[in-house]
Amino acid sequence: MTVHRLEIEARSGVDDAPAHEIARRLETWLQQSPRVVRTRKVVWLDFDLSEREAARVLAALVDPVAEVGVLGMLPDEIDMPAGAAPLWIVTVGFLPGVTDAVATNVKRAAEDALGRTLPGSAYTATLHRIWGLSETQVRHAADELLHNRLIHRLHVARSPRRLDLEVPRGGTDRAPGVQRIPLCRASDTELTRISKDGMLALSLAEMRAISTHFSTLGREPTDAELECLAQTWSEHCKHKIFASPIRYVDEHGAASVIERGLFQTYIRGATEAVAERRRVDQVDPIDADFLVSVFHDNAGVVRFTERDHLVYKVETHNSPSALDPYGGAMTGIVGVNRDSYGTGLGADLLTNVWGYCMGDPRYVGRLPAGLMHPRRIRDGVHAGVVDGGNHSGIPYSRGFELFDDRYLGKPLVYCGTVAVMPVEVAGFATHVKRPAVGDKIVMVGGRIGKDGIHGATFSSVELGDDSPAQAVQIGDPITQRMMFDMLAEARDRGLYTSMTDNGAGGLSSSVGEMAEATGGARIDLAAAPVKYPGLAPWEILISEAQERMTLGVPAHCLDALLALAARREVEATVLGEFTDTGRFEVLYGDERVCDLDLTFLHAGVPLPVLSARWKPPSCSDDEAWIDSLRDPGPELLALLERPNLTSGEQRARSYDHEVKGLSVIKPFVGRRNDVPSTATVMRVRHRRNEGVVLAEGVHPFYSDIDTHAMAQAAVDEAVRRVLCAGARLDRLSALDNFCWPDPVVSSQNPDGEHKLAQLVRCCRGLDEACRAYGVPLISGKDSMKNDADLDGVRISIPPTLLISAMGQTPDVRRTLSLEPRSVGDTIFLLGSTANELGGSELARSHDARGACVPRTDVERCMVRYRAFEAIRDAGQVRSAHVVGRGGLAVSLAHMALASERSLWIQLDSGELSDAALLFSESTGRIVFTCAAADRDTCQRAFTAPGVAEIGTVGGRGARGGERLQVQRRERLLIDVDLPQLRQAFSGGLRGL
Amino acid sequence: MDSKTIRGTFGDLSPVLTREVRVLVITGYGLNCEAETATAFALLGVRVDQVHLADLLERGRRALDGYHMVAFIGGFSFGDHVASGRVLANRLRGRLGDALAAFVDCGGLGLGMCNGFQVMVKLGLLPALERARGRPLAAQTVSLVHNDRFGYYDAWVRLRIDPASPCVFTRGIAFLELPCRHAEGKLVFDPSVVEEVAKAHLVPLQYVGTEGKPTQIWPDNPNGSGGAAAGLCDRSGRVFGLMPHPEAYLYPENHPRWIEQRDEARLPAVGQGLHLFANGVRAVLAS
Repeated sequence: MTVHRLEIEARSGVDDAPAHEIARRLETWLQQSPRVVRTRKVVWLDFDLSEREAARVLAALVDPVAEVGVLGMLPDEIDMPAGAAPLWIVTVGFLPGVTDAVATNVKRAAEDALGRTLPGSAYTATLHRIWGLSETQVRHAADELLHNRLIHRLHVARSPRRLDLEVPRGGTDRAPGVQRIPLCRASDTELTRISKDGMLALSLAEMRAISTHFSTLGREPTDAELECLAQTWSEHCKHKIFASPIRYVDEHGAASVIERGLFQTYIRGATEAVAERRRVDQVDPIDADFLVSVFHDNAGVVRFTERDHLVYKVETHNSPSALDPYGGAMTGIVGVNRDSYGTGLGADLLTNVWGYCMGDPRYVGRLPAGLMHPRRIRDGVHAGVVDGGNHSGIPYSRGFELFDDRYLGKPLVYCGTVAVMPVEVAGFATHVKRPAVGDKIVMVGGRIGKDGIHGATFSSVELGDDSPAQAVQIGDPITQRMMFDMLAEARDRGLYTSMTDNGAGGLSSSVGEMAEATGGARIDLAAAPVKYPGLAPWEILISEAQERMTLGVPAHCLDALLALAARREVEATVLGEFTDTGRFEVLYGDERVCDLDLTFLHAGVPLPVLSARWKPPSCSDDEAWIDSLRDPGPELLALLERPNLTSGEQRARSYDHEVKGLSVIKPFVGRRNDVPSTATVMRVRHRRNEGVVLAEGVHPFYSDIDTHAMAQAAVDEAVRRVLCAGARLDRLSALDNFCWPDPVVSSQNPDGEHKLAQLVRCCRGLDEACRAYGVPLISGKDSMKNDADLDGVRISIPPTLLISAMGQTPDVRRTLSLEPRSVGDTIFLLGSTANELGGSELARSHDARGACVPRTDVERCMVRYRAFEAIRDAGQVRSAHVVGRGGLAVSLAHMALASERSLWIQLDSGELSDAALLFSESTGRIVFTCAAADRDTCQRAFTAPGVAEIGTVGGRGARGGERLQVQRRERLLIDVDLPQLRQAFSGGLRGL
Repeated sequence: MDSKTIRGTFGDLSPVLTREVRVLVITGYGLNCEAETATAFALLGVRVDQVHLADLLERGRRALDGYHMVAFIGGFSFGDHVASGRVLANRLRGRLGDALAAFVDCGGLGLGMCNGFQVMVKLGLLPALERARGRPLAAQTVSLVHNDRFGYYDAWVRLRIDPASPCVFTRGIAFLELPCRHAEGKLVFDPSVVEEVAKAHLVPLQYVGTEGKPTQIWPDNPNGSGGAAAGLCDRSGRVFGLMPHPEAYLYPENHPRWIEQRDEARLPAVGQGLHLFANGVRAVLAS
């Protein structure tokens, strides 16, 4: 095959903006100062074209106004700086088989230009011309910034160079075959070795169960069967830690057993209790339960209007993001898009959320070999979710970043999506899948490759020196978007009856799960479209290659579905059909590669009794750090500058906030749009006024003292936030996302019992809070192995529970922001402040832990929230904000910054220290404003001491001078002006 | 926003008239602003067809017959991977170029937003200085390239309208605020057209700072576009593209300061973006 190479770059005089960005990072990250950096696009056309045809393709790709391009190589000397300097040519392309979405569209463009379909592939790379660095510097830059060896091909050369026509064709000529794995007579040592070497993440007990099963059958399992069991039984898919019985020993040595496991007892337990309460209280009309579909589908579904339900799911994508931040995070967002989309018969994607817990990007300590610097992880994660979300046409609503060096080993990457599900489509309830025996199994979307093999099992173990490169995938949002557009048409025409996404475990999971509904499935992998030849059947079965959904299609709809897919340039392939044989049968042509009993596949995993032992951390009374505090004013400014509290606006503006045209209260608010909103509000459909209200709570640093308090603080803050903005208390729902350090005790993990006890206490706190607030947990996810063992160092995350609240408002025009609105308005503080600086941002800023963590009296809080809801709905509340991380002073700073008004605050609160009064993170508190005329009504709505009047809103001076002033009786605690506040607030991570 | 509000604001646009107006919204391949764009026209009582490009191309030479306006919407067509709008523009030029040229010759209106604007300039629909009636689409003479500050940026912008511009979409509007969000929005001109574009007032709107003056300063000018140009029209004023998103400001509550505007009794009855669409409909009705 003839290969053609094209090089394209910005015309002289047109800015090379990507190169400036690279130069900036070389400077700020690596302290390198190259003379000039220029970038160039490289394209290889592996289509066997004639020269004339290649020239036509080139003309189709090059912008005649802004670019120049040639077949072959552009001269290296273009724009060479004066004076001799070494010129390095650094070319970064992709390894064979790695998704190259640009190349996919180059091929489309080439086919359009030539008017025919082309065999073969295109490949792309970025070429950097760098003047003025040494070879060592260039190689350092390549490793630390320009390429990632897990996905990229790197070529470093001096100019002049030779024409490079080598392309990374994927695949092999190897004939695909099926191996049998000798398990039946294997010793325990051998079983353990087979699991480890095969990246199966199966425990010895599980390997024994499989061995016994096949011994009974009198045959050895195939590689595909063992892989399929490993995926289905993985912690990632089976949630064994949440399903297993737990023996819990409390701090007094008293033991109890949680027989039904954490999920059934606490998560499902809380939700069922909330549902039962609603029935008893007759909150919902008959046949219109608020909870439409929970626990059994890809995402939770709740009732919204007579026309639409709401769907919500938040996922984590931690392990892949540690290896390839860009690709890992992008597959996080496009993957959760598929989850929400693939709920019921399909829902329309509405808005995304994200949240990242990472190492401090300013980290200067030593990093274990094999870990990326947190600033690089941060950049890549943002870029991946930005591209994934923006290219899909989905705005973001919520985002947060939290930094702690315990996230250096594995970053936490939360990605979520709200979707709107029409109550009915094509005459059927949309939330119900209706698979039937005989329905054809159709895979739609992208092709299968080796990418993402072992993703599910890999995420179920700690990150180690032997972590597989194949676990990394890169998303292609446009391929997915085209698939969704096609599926939406198919859904509305009723062309399929069931659907699920191909995520973790690939076809083995998607078809394996769907098979449960009818009692069996049979597929032929030889029919599956692959990216390149040479994939073994087991690889096809478990590949997590992206952008694929699996459909159940009634035979009479098949032709229409395939025709529609073809018209929309979406690949759709019949792989088999649903059966009722009780078996999951997989063929490769004539060969039987997998024949598993469904009961064994789904219910055969042995669940051991796990051991938890609670030992409260020694609660030191040493609060010496409090004596070393500066005046509250400087402390406040220092807090606002900390990465966990700084504005974050500039990063967030890389995300689309506005597409769909439905936003009402945006992610950032205020006169300068730089203050993170308490909660966001969005219309759900055009020409309607109902809205969805979103917020979150996440307090991992409280886990250092008690995870029970941590969980309650997270639920409380999420609820309080959506309440402030205008959500109905009787229409709240929430998602639970657990990220934990390994809670199963072993020789490598000696404190596993303690971590499991932390998990038990977290679940109990969560359960109690959800019952008290009437908040059902409609979906969730757990990621239980967030440890890294590299270079002899073990880094484990602090136990982290993210609670994502979804509220509803009947009229977005009645919603509220945190911004005080009028001079003379009265400022109230709802809820009481206690000396609870444990785990607070103030304590952390002084390298202290603190003693008392915020405790939440959930029953009392709920009484206050109901009263607040009443005055809010009566129109008396004019703005509302939570007190959260950083305490009251930080909330007041947000209000002053947003409104650019002075706030005159007068506090008079008993025995508390100034530090506790201003910076304690006691939960349950809301700062709200009302018109002076409504002051008494607002005061009377709450029973003392639940609410206190703390000040008044000032005006805006003609020449500035607005300030935040906090007095305590006669003493002036804080007196800072807006420019000081803003400088601190926007300065935290500037330039990084 | 009910129909009473719409009628109150656009009193001249009687539903009896507007329902005769037909607008084509082209969708598919990674375009993604179809819902809000279609809603803008639907609010005005116009008949909107959302047609997937594949279906449109199957209609052949008569694909655009019966339409008064074609909307090129925002999104990431084919991922904008090769360069923004290029692959879609090539496909349109190759398969629908003659129909588009004839459509414009017959007085058809064209409106492009963000990716749609990028597609229009790469198609040669804008500014189309040298094109004569009956000729194929013009060669590309301007482009939209990476923002000076590399990467996607989302923020609202202030826009001043050039009252001397022939653009029919901006008539009667002096000042606009719109959401703006893109990575490739910097207008660059082939040297041969710069002068004529200015002379003919083909830049109907410019990014302005707080004082209302055109600016090159980020973020008021989010991409560094020369002459603070935020959009471009052809000589007829009936073909118009812009980087900001009027379709994302249909409701008063889209504006970041809507609560303050309401407190100060200056909340508009409808989102300001809707006025651009209404002007387009007026131009259809006037011809």
